[in-house]
Amino acid sequence: MSLLEVTDLNKAFGSVKAADAISLAVAEHEVVGIIGANGAGKTTFVNMITGYQKPDTGRIEYQGRDITLLEPRQITRLGICRSFQVPQVFLSATVEDNLLIALGVAEHPRVPFWRKLRTDHLLNEAAVLLNRYRLADYRAQPAHQLPQGVRKLLDIAMAVVHRPRLLLLDEPTSGVSLDEKFEVMDIVMVALKEAGVTVLFVEHDMDIVGRYAKRVLAFYEGLILADGPPEEVLGHERVQEHVIGRGSAGGRRPPPDSAPKGGGHA
Amino acid sequence: MKDRTLWGLTAGTLLLAAGGVWLPNWAMFLVTVALAKGLAVLGLLILWRTGLMSFGQALYFALGGYTAGLLGQTFHVRDAFLLLAGGTAVSAAVAAALGFLIARYREIFFAMLTMAFSMILYGALVKSQALGSTDGFAITPATFAGFAPSGAILKLPLFWLACATAYFAALGLHRYLLSPMGALAVAIRDNEIRVEYLGVSVKDAVHVKTVLAAALTGAGGVITALAVGHIDPEMAYWTTSGEFVFVTILSGTGSIAAPFAGSILFELLRSFAVQYSPYTWQLTMGSVLLLLILFVPNGLWSLFGRLLRRAA
Amino acid sequence: MLTFVAIVVDGLVYASWLFIVALGLTLIFGVMRILNVAHGGLYAVGAYTSAAMIGAYFRGGYPPALSYLLMLASAAFVGTILGLLLERGLLRFFYQRDEVIIVLVTYAVFLMLEDAIRLIWGTDAYFAYQPYSLLGNTQAGGLNFANYDLTLIGLAVITGGALWWALNRTRRGMLLRVVIHDRELALFMGINVARVFTVTFVIGAILGALGGAFTAPMISVTFGIGVEVIVLAFAVVVIGGMGSVPGAVLGALIVGLSRSAAVHLYAELELFVIYAVMTLVLAFRPQGLFVRAAARKI
Repeated sequence: MSLLEVTDLNKAFGSVKAADAISLAVAEHEVVGIIGANGAGKTTFVNMITGYQKPDTGRIEYQGRDITLLEPRQITRLGICRSFQVPQVFLSATVEDNLLIALGVAEHPRVPFWRKLRTDHLLNEAAVLLNRYRLADYRAQPAHQLPQGVRKLLDIAMAVVHRPRLLLLDEPTSGVSLDEKFEVMDIVMVALKEAGVTVLFVEHDMDIVGRYAKRVLAFYEGLILADGPPEEVLGHERVQEHVIGRGSAGGRRPPPDSAPKGGGHA
Repeated sequence: MKDRTLWGLTAGTLLLAAGGVWLPNWAMFLVTVALAKGLAVLGLLILWRTGLMSFGQALYFALGGYTAGLLGQTFHVRDAFLLLAGGTAVSAAVAAALGFLIARYREIFFAMLTMAFSMILYGALVKSQALGSTDGFAITPATFAGFAPSGAILKLPLFWLACATAYFAALGLHRYLLSPMGALAVAIRDNEIRVEYLGVSVKDAVHVKTVLAAALTGAGGVITALAVGHIDPEMAYWTTSGEFVFVTILSGTGSIAAPFAGSILFELLRSFAVQYSPYTWQLTMGSVLLLLILFVPNGLWSLFGRLLRRAA
Repeated sequence: MLTFVAIVVDGLVYASWLFIVALGLTLIFGVMRILNVAHGGLYAVGAYTSAAMIGAYFRGGYPPALSYLLMLASAAFVGTILGLLLERGLLRFFYQRDEVIIVLVTYAVFLMLEDAIRLIWGTDAYFAYQPYSLLGNTQAGGLNFANYDLTLIGLAVITGGALWWALNRTRRGMLLRVVIHDRELALFMGINVARVFTVTFVIGAILGALGGAFTAPMISVTFGIGVEVIVLAFAVVVIGGMGSVPGAVLGALIVGLSRSAAVHLYAELELFVIYAVMTLVLAFRPQGLFVRAAARKI
């Protein structure tokens, strides 16, 4: 049984189709890259899987259970978490407090008001996360002072607090400087692999996608243009045309009348 | 951290309770009412930390007062503890019911909706002949576990009750703010989406906080009604809510004792203003408020904190 | 049937009054995002000034017909002066702060205005009935209406129409609408937002004073009239959606007709009904009846 199964997902905003009969299945331990131009429906896809938006029609199943109409907080507790394009952290709190709050509410299905937040137990757990995501140096800094890359890491660290089986990362390296991109992804991917988490990540940087994804989904106007190993998808003609852009590095212009063929021209 | 607050609160309350014995009547009355209203401000503190400002706490203030009055008049309940429990319970129950609606709103709409509810009660009270309409009605003095105070110590037990209620409320809230639920207040204010994605229902959390704030305010209403000896619809008017908000800003959110200190200061300020400039006391209060907002944005407690640090 | 007509006419009259009073408030909130509690003070000042002027005017024996112009002029004068003083002299220092803080500033201003009024005009009541009685009454089918009340409807239409026209058909109005929609965007477009704020506040102040000025002949102007007006104006603005002129029209109509129905049919509910309507509207349309689209957050 696949971990996540999406069947015939449709979502329209007025006349714009964000999801057009999308169907796919993700097996456990897969690492899937999602690419597509802006407005192709990638973030909407992530929003729908995590319950922030609801599809017009279609089903989303997680471990065989229908989660289509659940709220984000229910989906989080089931084991699916996400990070955000723009990091969603608690700006006025310190990095450590951000993690403590996340850990504190994750512990118990009903948030406790009788226990204290700053217990040794939680502080230790926070320390583990701080180290794993290279946030230790920023421990006592308020989140609004953090540089973008560090804020992204905090955002991702907060996403894994619930020990998800499935993690969706929305543009984990956007806004991160070029020289930091690989560093950030290395940190994140190693940590996730160790924990055996299934990952779907949305990315614009094709180098990142090529390096970390074992499978790539290419979105375009709500449709999945291609689905396969990175070499195949990244070299796919229509993907080149609609996602990567003609003339960009690695792309080749096809003759105007040729019908798209499967298989890559990488 | 907790120990320091615990000791500070305990010492402060004991000092106040003991010192109160020597206070002249007008001062004891003032402090009693100030502590009672401080409870309402404490409630607003919780909400403000969550990023919400209620302009309708007068609803629960009046509910507390009128419940105490009605329990006395209709059921002949005179025990202060029972009245306190009754008023608090009614306020909490109403907030629990209204909370389903209120918890869905934020910012200015939260403020407006809460104000609307308090004005609905006001309108109902004014039109109610049975409850004395705009005149309201009087409350007979309370007894304390059978003991009926009189003479020199007439107001003392109520004063002590106010001190005790304030103390336990502050302590309870202090503990609450140290818990994950309490930490959620600032989290919700900063980023509701993230809170939802952490598995918490923001609506439920806000609902709980409105009930807490309501219970505190209701308790304040009971004690105020007992102290003044009279209840009228003015307790539900928007200007009463405005007063609570005024004091919240005055005190700042820096400490759990700030609402009470700020409330006492406010009552003192108003008494003197009314006494020495009866025709311009609002001018005085307004100017003070403006100056505070301009120069002490974190409330008076932050000044106090700065002084303490410099002394240390 | 007669009761129905009475309810409708009274409702329209009350709605017109509400509309004029609430218009300034909704404009200021729409453009500046400020819930101006001092609006009640401006209303009161407008009323007192108008009443005082009318008293002096009629004692002076001047042509009665021009008294209406006097009321208009006094409102414009008072609104402009106070509006400029408040916005330039006080409010602009708080624009960077939290919305709630600005509300408190206007609350402080309101307190101060209340006392200022008391200092200037004392605690006596002012009766400036002449403009009211001058217009006489209309008898229609057994019902009696004061013509002044009916002209209030006309005034509301003119004021609303003028503001709508200014906002939607003039260049300056378009600038205001840009600021209403998105303040940051307006800044980037090079719009002098500070000047827009000043102009808006002054217009709002004039409208508030206007409401008071034209109410003066209908009531006895005493201490405290501002306090009640604030909550009523808020109710109308919230129902209609903040910053929306058509919304204020709809809000005023709903509140006016509901209250009129209550007064005629079940007087107990009079005060109750306004806030009950406000609550109902908020319950089903949290942003008011005229919602503005909000951008996606994540």
